[in-house]
Amino acid sequence: MFFKKYEVILLPVISVLAAGLVGAIMILAVGESPLEVYWIFFKNSLFTLNGIGYTLFYATPLIFTGLAVAFGFRCGLFNIGAEGQLYIAAMSVALVGIYLDGYSAWILVPLCMVVAFVTGGIWGGIPGLLKAKFGGHEVINTIMMNLIAFSLVNYLVVGPFHRKGTAILETDYISEAARIPRVHELLPFIPKTLPLNMGFVVALFACLVTYLILWKTKWGYEIRAVGISNSVSEYAGISVKKNLVLAMFISGGFAGMVAIPEVMGYRYTFHDSFSAGVGFVGIAVALLGRNHPGGVILAALLFGALNRGSLFLDLNFDNLSKDLVMVLQGVIVLFVATDKLFKKILSFGKPS
Amino acid sequence: MWEILDLELVASGLRLSTPLILAALGGLFSERAGVVNIALDGIMIFGAFGGAVIAYETSNPWYGLIGAMMLGGMIAHIHGIASIRYQADQVVSGTAINLLAIGVPAVVANALYNSTTVTPNIKLILPIIKIPIISSIPYLDVLLGKYSVLVFFAFAMVPISWFVLYKTSFGLRLRSVGENPEAAATAGINVYLMRYYAVWISGILAGLGGAFLSIAHGSSYVNNISAGRGFIALAALIFGRYTPKLTLAGCLLFGIADAFQIRVQGVIPIPVQFVQMIPYILTMVVLAGLIGKAQVPAADGIPYEQMK
Repeated sequence: MFFKKYEVILLPVISVLAAGLVGAIMILAVGESPLEVYWIFFKNSLFTLNGIGYTLFYATPLIFTGLAVAFGFRCGLFNIGAEGQLYIAAMSVALVGIYLDGYSAWILVPLCMVVAFVTGGIWGGIPGLLKAKFGGHEVINTIMMNLIAFSLVNYLVVGPFHRKGTAILETDYISEAARIPRVHELLPFIPKTLPLNMGFVVALFACLVTYLILWKTKWGYEIRAVGISNSVSEYAGISVKKNLVLAMFISGGFAGMVAIPEVMGYRYTFHDSFSAGVGFVGIAVALLGRNHPGGVILAALLFGALNRGSLFLDLNFDNLSKDLVMVLQGVIVLFVATDKLFKKILSFGKPS
Repeated sequence: MWEILDLELVASGLRLSTPLILAALGGLFSERAGVVNIALDGIMIFGAFGGAVIAYETSNPWYGLIGAMMLGGMIAHIHGIASIRYQADQVVSGTAINLLAIGVPAVVANALYNSTTVTPNIKLILPIIKIPIISSIPYLDVLLGKYSVLVFFAFAMVPISWFVLYKTSFGLRLRSVGENPEAAATAGINVYLMRYYAVWISGILAGLGGAFLSIAHGSSYVNNISAGRGFIALAALIFGRYTPKLTLAGCLLFGIADAFQIRVQGVIPIPVQFVQMIPYILTMVVLAGLIGKAQVPAADGIPYEQMK
């Protein structure tokens, strides 16, 4: 009885703990001490003001990509293309920020945010359109759109928009007016080196909006209905095709919003391969967060802490690199997918 | 630029079709039995990695090949446990495998060779077979002269797969659990076991496809070695309407597109990044249904719950 009531919270927690156990076995296998590794992880991400700040900083893009994947799932779509969508959006935001020099921040900041959403949304909307029109599998198509996006932005940053006089693959810097403030500019007690910026607040706001759309509007109801059953929704007079395209557009839009904390708030330029898999981690974030905006925030914080902590692995351990986090993510997704296993164990084999 | 459209292009296309054929045939078995295998790409990466490591450590590419098959089968078994036994969403569990394929090779390579992205070069790759008479005939020698033993194996697997799936009782049972598992179970077929067999076969074949990249076509594992080929193989399978013959056609199409993409680089004045997009754009165009709707096995992707 106890278990049934708290299942929503318990299952993800158990999945994470079980993944931690698998990670520990892997750490032992490469000849390091799991306790030491996990201590380094969390010491540097949760127990200092700076560490917490960095955890929030790393969690910010994950909230967006987690939200992107979760929104897709709610409509029965699996968007594995967040990584490509966010690259396209980041490049677009950088170009707008560079070339619309001279406008005031009141115009440029909202404009860049809209550009982030719309360009990411278009990149996500194309697979949505292909699905609605031709039944093309969105998983394969979003993967292909990822690979195309990587090539495209690489071409742009190596070729026409490469900043002169540097070997680093970056564009020019966006104008001052297109930048959003960092947290230390508003709160003086925050260390100046901390790159946490207002993008985090935007991310929380996006979660709130998503919640309101999905659970408090008729349109959100339609999207969730399509996610549960295409045929029933069609029968009820809901346009499945329209909702598929829209959901993929919005999903891609959320992924594109990663450009807000990363380009407008942190780097002020498009940096080649800056994301390093944020789009894929979004899958784990969404699944662990049970495709709910609140859960997405919690899961993103966990993975933010892991990302922050993983930076100290290379420094402290010869045999470990930050890729360990990728392993943990994979195991967590696997355990979340097989939650039936834990249900069985916890209910002591009794059929539910 | 027309000079690149020669027999060498076809030969290179046949080579690059090989990993696609192996993975796509793997997907064919799995999906025919009702298990969506989006993990093909990850399994290929594991196969490529395991094959390269074992071939390097033992200095024998054949051990690498066996290792890749076994590792592929084992990884596929994880997907099997999740999606057959615990009725997980098959796309999600496949994605978990793909995520693991990003992390695990990097962690292990780092522990073994102090590099997260490459393994050391192996001295000996899998043998390249020269067909005695053909390799002395002009033109034919370019087209059919010398290929890795795995190329021959992959092409031989197409009729073999067809025979197994359509002409044996094993194949009939395998397809029946992918079309109507309830009826199959009523007829006394162990649905879970058949699905496990299918997933194992798919893992072994995809592992071989990965091994081709690291110990036959290349001579080491490099980061992201599959370059999305597992997904392209799935597209070829859908293009092939889940039949061996048409799937082969799909793989050849993508393989030749890949070969074209490599050979055209630097020949025509288009940036290399755009040339590299060709196979990916082609995949999307093909999926958009130029050829008509795919005949998906009826129970594909639907978990089956065994009666107690």
